[in-house]
Amino acid sequence: MTARIGVVTFPGSLDDRDTQRAIRLAGAEPVALWHKDKDLKQVDAVVLPGGFSYGDYLRAGAISRFSPVMGSVIEQAKAGLPVLGICNGFQVLTEAHLLPGAMLGNDHLHFICRDQKLRVENASTAWTSDYSEGQEIFIPLKNMDGRYVADEYTLDKLEAEGRVVFRYVVRGEAADGCGNPNGSLRDIAGITNEAGNVVGLMPHPEHATEPLIGTGRTDGLPFFTSILKKLVTA
Amino acid sequence: MSRTPLDTVEHAAATPDVELPWAELGLKKDEYERIVEILGRRPTGAELAMYSVMWSEHCSYKSSKVHLRQFGEKAPENDAMLVGIGENAGVVDVGQGYAVTFKVESHNHPSYVEPYQGAATGVGGIVRDIIAMGARPVAVVDPLRFGAADHPDTKRVLPGVVAGIGGYGNCLGLPNIGGEVVFDACYQGNPLVNAGCIGVMRHEDIHLAKASGAGNKVILYGARTGGDGIGGASILASETFDDAKPSKRPAVQVGDPFQEKLLIECTLEAFAEKLVVGIQDLGAAGLSCATSELASNGSGGMRVTLDDVPLRDSTLSPEEILMSESQERMCAVVEPEKVDRFLEICAKWDVIATVIGEVTDGDRLEIYWHGGKIVDVDPRTVAHEGPVYERPYARPDWQDALQADDAGKLPRPADGEELKAQILKLVGSPNQASKKWITQQYDHFVQGNTVLAMPEDSGMIRIDEETGLGVALATDGNGRYAKLDPYTGAQLALAEAYRNVATTGARPLAVSDCLNFGSPEDPAVMWQFAEAVRGLADGCQQLGTPVTGGNVSLYNQTGEAAIHPTPVVAVLGVIDDVARRTPVAFQEEGQLLYLLGDTREEFGGSAWSQVVHDHLGGLPPKVDLERERLLAEILISASRDGMIDSAHDLSDGGLIQAVVESALLGGKGARLVVPDGLDAFTFLLSESAGRAVVAVPRSEEVRFNDMCGARGLPATRIGVVDGETVEVQGEFELTLAELREAHETTIPSLLA
Repeated sequence: MTARIGVVTFPGSLDDRDTQRAIRLAGAEPVALWHKDKDLKQVDAVVLPGGFSYGDYLRAGAISRFSPVMGSVIEQAKAGLPVLGICNGFQVLTEAHLLPGAMLGNDHLHFICRDQKLRVENASTAWTSDYSEGQEIFIPLKNMDGRYVADEYTLDKLEAEGRVVFRYVVRGEAADGCGNPNGSLRDIAGITNEAGNVVGLMPHPEHATEPLIGTGRTDGLPFFTSILKKLVTA
Repeated sequence: MSRTPLDTVEHAAATPDVELPWAELGLKKDEYERIVEILGRRPTGAELAMYSVMWSEHCSYKSSKVHLRQFGEKAPENDAMLVGIGENAGVVDVGQGYAVTFKVESHNHPSYVEPYQGAATGVGGIVRDIIAMGARPVAVVDPLRFGAADHPDTKRVLPGVVAGIGGYGNCLGLPNIGGEVVFDACYQGNPLVNAGCIGVMRHEDIHLAKASGAGNKVILYGARTGGDGIGGASILASETFDDAKPSKRPAVQVGDPFQEKLLIECTLEAFAEKLVVGIQDLGAAGLSCATSELASNGSGGMRVTLDDVPLRDSTLSPEEILMSESQERMCAVVEPEKVDRFLEICAKWDVIATVIGEVTDGDRLEIYWHGGKIVDVDPRTVAHEGPVYERPYARPDWQDALQADDAGKLPRPADGEELKAQILKLVGSPNQASKKWITQQYDHFVQGNTVLAMPEDSGMIRIDEETGLGVALATDGNGRYAKLDPYTGAQLALAEAYRNVATTGARPLAVSDCLNFGSPEDPAVMWQFAEAVRGLADGCQQLGTPVTGGNVSLYNQTGEAAIHPTPVVAVLGVIDDVARRTPVAFQEEGQLLYLLGDTREEFGGSAWSQVVHDHLGGLPPKVDLERERLLAEILISASRDGMIDSAHDLSDGGLIQAVVESALLGGKGARLVVPDGLDAFTFLLSESAGRAVVAVPRSEEVRFNDMCGARGLPATRIGVVDGETVEVQGEFELTLAELREAHETTIPSLLA
């Protein structure tokens, strides 16, 4: 048996097909979910893909958070359904209060697209178990509003509870994908909730799953194999 | 408030003496008289609005048409061509049942006035052209030209243009995979913002812009129509028909990429269910263009009720509605029984869709407003039978002096040290420097099929995940070469784009172009245009790559000063398996570097002459298209059979520029030896065409040499991939760190 992983398409979602492909490459079955449907089609996990849902109007993720599908996602995530939010999906998760903090515009005020070096800080979430803690990986990053912020109390709490999942690798050459690309506080690239079933990050693991395509690296594939293993062994 | 009576067809016939503002709308007296002759009466205001926009240079190609015919007349026999010039974009067969459509267009003037929106809507327009053919857009490219890099206005225009392209394209989910950024003082005040798009479909899904089948419904869908993008119409509306109205609508359109993304998805869904008979996007000239082109390309006529057009501003006059260039709108012709399903799909995507008319069995385009008939024309006279000018042209009197000013006579570096200093200056000059600061503002990864993106020689997209079938696209143009000799300059642009496709391993298939020139009313400019078109048409005939469509942008000039003639050529190629693609970056130390082709002393229009001497004169490099074809065949075979691991085309900046780029991208240096019979300066900096540098694994050297020898292509071993420096034996050595510093800091320091 394999796992069925839902991918939500909001109006303005861009990486929904790419995410479905990544899920397929990992050996799971992708299931398309539509923003106007409350029905999650009994999937085993959900990915909120990147893009500019609702044109990023008002604030990135602010409108999507109120779509019918999100009502079900929020409810089931609280009950333990694994959810991964990538880029715009991460923004939706913070707007939905499934993850703390928020994303502001990049500190340099430009869109940035590059291969980014990350350090895995937590390899025990539903989506990161196929990595090892401290591992350094390259995942493409592409966003306008990627600067993660939260108040000091929340940041300290995230750190203390080991809920920072990925950090931008800052030391090293910019040409090698190092550096904080957007001014995120404490170089945070991704976080998880207390239960470890909900993960959000700005970089795009679905774009690093085939050796020929994009940057030519496959460092993003373990996201999808991690969840698959968890679901089929559960 | 008193209103003048509605200017219906009846009213126009009854009031022949009413003066219309044809001159303010850009029409010449004889053009206006021709409209009166065609109609047998004076036009109504709405008719005048339609004719004036459709007969404009931009829409009618009235100055360029007589020359552009050569692309058809000289078109080579080519089985790949499925749809040729005249449709929204050309379509070529790339095998395995796939068809690819591609096109490049200009959005030059709006981008100077309002850089962000001008560039953004340029992307939007070309993408809609591609959707209108039935294709899913899969990538965009952006050839850009700006004034001097250090000019203060460049700092206004460039960041806005780049943000606009990114802001729109990124939001549509289209990877940006190529293009160019060129700086030259001649583009000050006239930046060139060209935008290209590639789309993919199955053969059976090709759609055309025609309205056939009486009773079929005409559906306008997408954004509401507003007052944006109305140029001349404001004059018509405010001065003649109703003086109580606001005047001077903004002439630059405002884009909403979110709306366009929805338009893409909903259109493709309608195509997939075979709901569409004919389709046209609304770009320049808006509804005037869409209705008249759909009607004139189809078999019947068309009746439209303008009152049904959803408006953003209820005070718009019918003339304004017809001329509005509000973005993100399309017009589809749908059989009556399929209308409900079409509207359902639009509703699913929250896209407004309205039936505004139907196809009739007559041959007239009739438009109604408030119950009165305000347009009654033969649509062909609007869309296709506009004026055609044989503009006078003459070789400018300064051309001889320019060509006589030979760049070969410029002082050359005296020794290795001076050569080294000049090369460092060259690779750090704005035109030769890394454009990463710009390109990293574009999404290259979305859709997950990008095999190669800039700074590779051509962008490459996988179109079939199972078989690995892919397409490559390169755009090139060199205004400096074209200024020295427009015929040769156009062929050099073609040759370079053709070569750039081949260096990545793809087989060049077809051509699109964007011809950017000054005013056609200047005989010197018209001569440049005529020569460039002749050169491109001859070149395409010889290379066997037909022109599938393109765009002309004239009047790129301020006062008497025209831009350099700038034909930008896009070449589309196909590769059977993207796994065989060849990148620019050096892959492995120890691999052997071979220079393919002949190097002559050719410095006219070169980057060296510009950067070191601020000079433009002499003749551009010679073109040998048979050699280009042979070089391409070798590059494609070598890539397919695994004989080369990297390849880079040689163009502006010559060999040294290419080697430095390959070294920096691969993080591996090179040791070069000046071959017998050449001096170091010519070896490194000449811009002879028909050349490439390739890295050959040692195990493949014999096989590779044999192939080049058997086919008669000069291949000279010039060095090896090695170390942390670029060293030219006996001349100089530069570390990769020094080169990186020079190459990568220029653009951010000027623009960030």
